[in-house]
This record gives sequence, C-alpha cells and structure tokens, in this order.
Amino acid sequence: MDRFLFLTFDGLSRGAVYAAFALALVLIWRATRIVNFAQGAMAVATAYVAYSVADATGSYWLGFVVALVAGLLLGAGVERVVMRFVDHSSPLNGVVVALGLVLIIQGVLGMIYGNEFRPATAPFSRDAFEIGGVALLSRYDLFVFAAVGAVVVLLTLLFTRTPTGLRMRAAAFAPDVSRLLGVPVGGMLTLGWALAAAVGSLAGMLVIPTELGLHPTAMDIVFISAFTAAVLGGLDSPIGSVLGGLLVGLLLSYISGYLGATVAPMAVLALLVVVLLSRPDGLFSRSKARTA
Amino acid sequence: MTVVRDRVTTRITSPPMRRRFSPLLVVVIGAAIVVALTYTLPPFRTYQLATVGAYLCVTAGLTVLTGLNGQLSLGHGALMATGAYTLALWQNKFNLLAVGIVVAILVTTAVGAVIGLAAARLRGPYLAGLTLAVAVVVPSITSTFDETFNSDQGLSVILNPPPESMTVEQWQAWVCWGGALITVLALALLTRGRFGRDMRAVRDDETAARLAGISIARTQVAAFVVSAACAGLAGALFAVIAQSVSPGAFPLTLSLFLLMAIVIGGLGRLSGALIGALLLVALPAVAHEIGEAAGSQRLEGNLALTFFGVVLVVVMLAAPGGLASLRIPRRWQFRTKKH
Repeated sequence: MDRFLFLTFDGLSRGAVYAAFALALVLIWRATRIVNFAQGAMAVATAYVAYSVADATGSYWLGFVVALVAGLLLGAGVERVVMRFVDHSSPLNGVVVALGLVLIIQGVLGMIYGNEFRPATAPFSRDAFEIGGVALLSRYDLFVFAAVGAVVVLLTLLFTRTPTGLRMRAAAFAPDVSRLLGVPVGGMLTLGWALAAAVGSLAGMLVIPTELGLHPTAMDIVFISAFTAAVLGGLDSPIGSVLGGLLVGLLLSYISGYLGATVAPMAVLALLVVVLLSRPDGLFSRSKARTA
Repeated sequence: MTVVRDRVTTRITSPPMRRRFSPLLVVVIGAAIVVALTYTLPPFRTYQLATVGAYLCVTAGLTVLTGLNGQLSLGHGALMATGAYTLALWQNKFNLLAVGIVVAILVTTAVGAVIGLAAARLRGPYLAGLTLAVAVVVPSITSTFDETFNSDQGLSVILNPPPESMTVEQWQAWVCWGGALITVLALALLTRGRFGRDMRAVRDDETAARLAGISIARTQVAAFVVSAACAGLAGALFAVIAQSVSPGAFPLTLSLFLLMAIVIGGLGRLSGALIGALLLVALPAVAHEIGEAAGSQRLEGNLALTFFGVVLVVVMLAAPGGLASLRIPRRWQFRTKKH
C-alpha cells in the first residue's frame, strides 16, 4: 500500500509534465492543425541553452528564465521562418517539415555540445518527505505541480479573460472572418507558437533532471508519452490533454513500479494503439468539441 | 472550388509512373553495371555500393507506400531492425543465409501486417504519431528481453566466408544488389498492374475508390505489408553487411533519413528511391570527410544530420508540389476546411 501511494504521487508528478507538454501540442494543433513533431527537439534545445547559462552564471533560476524566453523566441522563429510557408493543402506537409526541424535541431545540438549525456541538476531535492512513515512527495514534485498548475491557470485566464486570448481563439477558429474584423491572424499564430514552445520548454526543464539527463534525443520518449496523452484527451481539448497527461503519468508510474522501467516505453505504445483504434477522437473530446 | 482545382492540378503534375522501359530490361542492365563496378571499384567503394543496394530495398518499398498509397510511415527503421534481428538470431542458430533472409522477410511481413492493420484506420498526423512511437519504442525492446537480444551490445552475426574467387566486399555487393534488383523488379511489376491502380485510387479519393469497388482497408494493409517486406529484406542485408546488429544502428533518425530519401528523390518513383539511396550513403561520407578535415569528431555524424534536415525542410518549402501526390482522404479535408 505504501508503495502504491508513492507510485501514485510519483505518477502524478510525471503526469503533470506530460500534461504541460501535451498542452503545448494541443495549443499548436488548435491554432494551425499541425502536430508539432519538433516540440521535443525544441524543448531540448532551450534546455541546453538554459544549462549553458546556468553553468556560466551559477544561477539555476537565471537559466530557467532563459529557457522560457528562448522557448518563446524559438517558437516564434519557427513559425515565422518555416511553418508559415508550409503548404497546408496536405497535413502531412507540416509533419514532414517538423521532422526536418527535428533533424536540424538534433544535428546542431550535437555539433555544439556533443552527443554524450550531460548531467542536469534539479533545483530542489528529489528525496521524498516522509508523512506518517510513508515516502510520498519530494520538494521537486511540489515544484513541478506548482509550475504546471501556474501554467494551466495562466493559459486559462489568457484564453478566457483577455482580449488577446479572444483574438487568438478567433484567429484559430475562423481565420478569414477574423481577418475581416481586423484581427492580425498571422501575429496571433506567431504568438500561439511562441506560447506553446515556451510551455514545451518548461516541460522539458521539469522532466530533464528526472530522466537520464541532457541529450539531443532526450525528449523523444517524452514526446511519445505526451502525444499519447494529447490523443487520449482528444487533440482539440486543452482540459482533455491535462487529464490525459495525468492518466498517462499514473499508468507509466504503476507499470514501471510493478513491472520494471524497461516495460514502460512498450506500455506507451500499447496505450497509443488502443486509444487510436478505439477512441481516436479522445476520451473527453466529443462534448467539448461541440460546445467550443 | 479549391478542392476541385487541387485535384485537377494533381492529376496533371503527377502522371502515373513512366513506362518507357521494360522493368526487366532495366534490372538486367542494372545487374550488369553492378557486376562491372564490383570488379573496378576499390574495396571501400564496393562496400559503399553494397550499402546503397541495401538502402534501395527499403526506400523502394517506402516510396511505393508513401508516394503511391499516401501512407506516411516513420516506422520503417524499426521494421528494418526486426528483419536484422531475425536474421541474426537465425544465423546464430542455423547458419543458412538464404533461408535466413527469407525468414527475416516473413517475420517482418507479419509485424508489418499488424502495424498496417492499425495504420489502415488512421490518417495524417495520427498515423505519423503511431509509427513514430513504433520507431522510438522498438529499439528499447532489446533491453527488456536482454537474454534474447543482448541489450545495447546487440548480437554478432555468424556468416560463412564468401566463395574464394571473390572478396568479402564483392560478395556483399552481389548479395545486396541481388536483393535490391529483385525488390525493384517485383515492385515495378506490382505497381503497374491492378494493385498499383488500386493504391493510387485510394490515395487520390477514398470515396471514389470505394464506389469503384476497391476495398480501402485491404489495399492499404496490402501496401503496408509489401513495403514492410522490403524493409525486412533491407534489415537482413544490413545485418549481413555489418555482421552484427545493435539497437543503436536503428535509431529514430534512420526512419527520418528514409523519409528524406524518398521525398528528395520524388515520391512514388522507383528512380527517386535510387537517388535517395545513393544520397543516404554519399552525404554521410562527404560529411565524414569534412569532419575529418576539420579535425572535429562532433562534426562528423551531426553534419549529415543537419544537412538532411535542411534538405527536407527546403524541399518541402520550395517545392510544395513535391508532396502534392499525397492525397489526403476526404475526412481530413473536411476537418481542416471547417475551421
């Protein structure tokens, strides 16, 4: 029972990261109908920048802020320089271009930093507190919950309470009409990509210290898990992606806790297959999609 | 209106595969060229020639799947790994190469059928995501069942020495190009017949194809199975060339490289698959030499990676018609138009 509780909290902590990453995928999907397959590589790139800054200045938090800013810039840059010129008549075009970006980013990172795993330090202790003799949560888990929770709240406020958020939703929902009404649709797309990439960078910064460390391909498996989470929640639904992320995190935690860590990637694949074949629109999407 | 116009221009810009030459003739000439090259090239170039042959098997199969049938697969690197590991396990037990290659193809075909069954129900980014997951996850299976697959170390492949009259490189080139030419011949014959028409019909318009009595799912699964068999052969040939298999030889980037190879060569064309296979060997070799000249270890592998990425992005942006032959099923267009 103790172990079950521990695995549950561990799973929620992992799931929070997947939720943030899935949220980034959903943001871009809703705005442009592109699944950003380069999201993982972009997050790794900003993490490398962040740890370079942290190493140079000695301040983790400066690096953390730099990661988010780099995410904003990288996202905006990718949209303005590459994605805007993709021929959208076939959704596969966007996928192929994103995969090209993955190769470019991994290649450039490898050239600059090398292909070895680099250690990545966590800002807080990852030792769990004991509550009533049961190890449950570490400071780091609390930090993860706080960061992801803040992002979810801020994004919700942005999209539901501010004029900019309204414009972004309008630009995504009906670009032609929005343009007629004076909404700068192109700018809104750039903003959407920038925000999504920043959220992705945050997820990367949160997950990299808990996994093997920094490596150009470090986020591949996280991307798969987050993609599964996003599909599980329905690619169109931000709430669904958060719930999907938590579910995937819990499931992976139980599976690697009880069956061994090496089984976890296969479990993700199995889950993705089951979801895609049984509920390709996601568990939560149907009612949401109609009201949106 | 735009939908109609798109379809008309697609018909014009992507004619059916050219039929000026008899495929058999092309294959015979190709075999003659390869044999001549193996006796004139230095050993290392002959080895590279063998690698081109092995790559040609998989790129030819993939270009038929993606170009003619419109299914994007990122899982072909993993399918190659399946073929390679099957051959390694077989060789280490029985040491009968010819049978081993057939077994590798059969096993990969079976795996491909399973993925194909799932893929036939998926479209666009969903299919890309699923096959991406296959490519990322399959190499990790080797560490789960490390008693069979020996984890990251991989397996060595026991091979009989080649006949005394030829060098190892010559023998490798003959085996690989034998496989490649048979693959190309089979695919050329297969795609110019009824099956090829069915695949193109499914790619261009699912509804029309269904009305014409074509089973969509059966055609898509069949296309996936055919191209999986090609990938299995390629994997087995790579195991023969390298005389070892390890998960590190089949990373996600391999699948992305294959995608780049077929996109740059022109989707759906077997001649494009040959160009792609040549580039897959030539570009890393050039990058290697640049890296050595610069004296930087880091540059070597990553320069090729970056270059492939740039090529992929530039081709997609500069020639958006390059992928225009990929017709996206109705369901998808409807979705994208509605928003």
